[in-house]
Amino acid sequence: MSYEKSKQLAYKIRRHALDMTSRGGTAHIGSIFSMADIVAVLYADILNHDPKNPKWPARDRLILSKGHAGAGIYAALAECGYFPLSELENHCSNGSHLSGHVSHKGVPGVEASTGSLGQGLPMAMGMAMAAKMDGREHRVYCIIGDGECDEGAVWETALIANQYRLDNFIVTVDFNKIQSLASVENTIKLEPLDQKWASFGWHVIRIDGHDHTALHRAYDEAKAARGEGKPIVIIADTVKGKGVSFMENDVLWHYRTARGAEYNAALKELEAQKP
Amino acid sequence: MRDTFTRCLQDEARRNHALVLITGDLGFGVLFPYMKEFPDRFINAGISEQAMMSMAAGMALEGKTVVVYSIGNFPTLRCLEQIRNCCAYHEVNVKIVCVGAGFVYGALGMTHHATEDMGALRILPGVTVYAPADKTETEAVMARFLTEPGVAYLRIGRGGEPVFHDIENIRGYRTGEALPYCEGTDAYILTAGGILASAVAAQKLLAERGYSVGVVSFPTVKPIDEPYLKTLCEKVPVLFTLEEHTIVGGFGGAVCETVAGFAANRARVVRIGMNDCYSSIVGDQAYLEAFYGLDGPGVANRVQAVLEGKA
Repeated sequence: MSYEKSKQLAYKIRRHALDMTSRGGTAHIGSIFSMADIVAVLYADILNHDPKNPKWPARDRLILSKGHAGAGIYAALAECGYFPLSELENHCSNGSHLSGHVSHKGVPGVEASTGSLGQGLPMAMGMAMAAKMDGREHRVYCIIGDGECDEGAVWETALIANQYRLDNFIVTVDFNKIQSLASVENTIKLEPLDQKWASFGWHVIRIDGHDHTALHRAYDEAKAARGEGKPIVIIADTVKGKGVSFMENDVLWHYRTARGAEYNAALKELEAQKP
Repeated sequence: MRDTFTRCLQDEARRNHALVLITGDLGFGVLFPYMKEFPDRFINAGISEQAMMSMAAGMALEGKTVVVYSIGNFPTLRCLEQIRNCCAYHEVNVKIVCVGAGFVYGALGMTHHATEDMGALRILPGVTVYAPADKTETEAVMARFLTEPGVAYLRIGRGGEPVFHDIENIRGYRTGEALPYCEGTDAYILTAGGILASAVAAQKLLAERGYSVGVVSFPTVKPIDEPYLKTLCEKVPVLFTLEEHTIVGGFGGAVCETVAGFAANRARVVRIGMNDCYSSIVGDQAYLEAFYGLDGPGVANRVQAVLEGKA
């Protein structure tokens, strides 16, 4: 399979995010680009959802716990038809609901507001817990960052989800190896990250987080793991700033906004990758 | 108060099948009747207050009424930001219960003294704060606490507190109502929580000394009974607030903020409580109340000094 739909969506997420952060003068483009393929695969092919009925009870839930990459979610939702694409132009502007850190208020399709790290993940666990308690079929997906794994509540959640055998709970770690000031390795080491989660009792899958074939296979495996009685974590090895050469693997692009010549250069590179 | 809470919780759980109880690994004995009756609607989140509070919000977003139980500062200060972001901002039905108001766990040390919780919770938009004084107030408040929409905080003692009301008189309690205990003409002592007992004892001592002091309990700290405060301000020149809590930002702070906003007839407000300090000494609740001047004689002496113009 060529996965054209998810590749197209990933391209559009990056294109919108470049414009949104540039227009709004906001940060975190590197964090959005690193998870763009994950988000695209989920919305294009994995999640059972209905943009015309955002509160459909049987929908799968997706919570972005690394809320600072909210522009990526807004872009995906608008592309799916949850709200008009023109709304994206208001990102971070005065009076807008589209905050830099993802917010559910006034934004159809966003399940929960996050931005303070380590909180979206346990909220998502609560949703999975409620679904399990009521015998409902849908799944709860959550995307967390690697720097976010410094938060104690991430590991509290890892313990509780295992205890309650939440095999309807599928977490993806966007492991882009760079956090706020420096590399993960030079900040708070996480490796061996897959072994850490495995030792907490989770079903662990590790993949290249930009390979759409691998992502699809990973989510298929995660869905098939229902019945094992284990929560599932996909460690997605990614590149911060993926898609624009001068943004890749550079902590600067956790903060910097592409404008002028940088914007034009980034746009050119992205357009060259259009599927 | 604690056993009344459990009994009312079970009654409500029989009515509301979406009610779930989560504990942060506390409630030995107390929660056993609930756990036995509703094993499928009970979760022990372990000693993980931060994840527990966010998880509660997630469950509530899915339609559950989630009661979160713990003691002291664990379900409040430890996870304050989770209460703010995950619960209050999402306007969910999460009901937070703290057993161990003030110096209930006085002998266990400063970590277990809950003396800033009302202030911390009160400042959060969308959070209702209840501090009942005895088991009757607890029963009256529980009907509101568990059924009104949104995030609410209930601060209770451990048990064995004296009883000040006939439950039949307060069963129809509405959130935000003050409950007068006795009238006075010189001053009023306003209280929130089990410390009402000290106010009542002080009132008797002051009566013997020739002062007519009224006593009012405020089972709801937020929203506070503003109309009633206005009435009191028109009646007496000074209001005393009494709380087993810091005087900064708690019940006394709430009364000050409200009274200061009145256009006329603003009574003087004198706050009695912990004077912006922690207790590094320990003791049982009665001992620490006396040590900090929060028992009947301590309160009476303070009130008398103010009324005599000496403080």
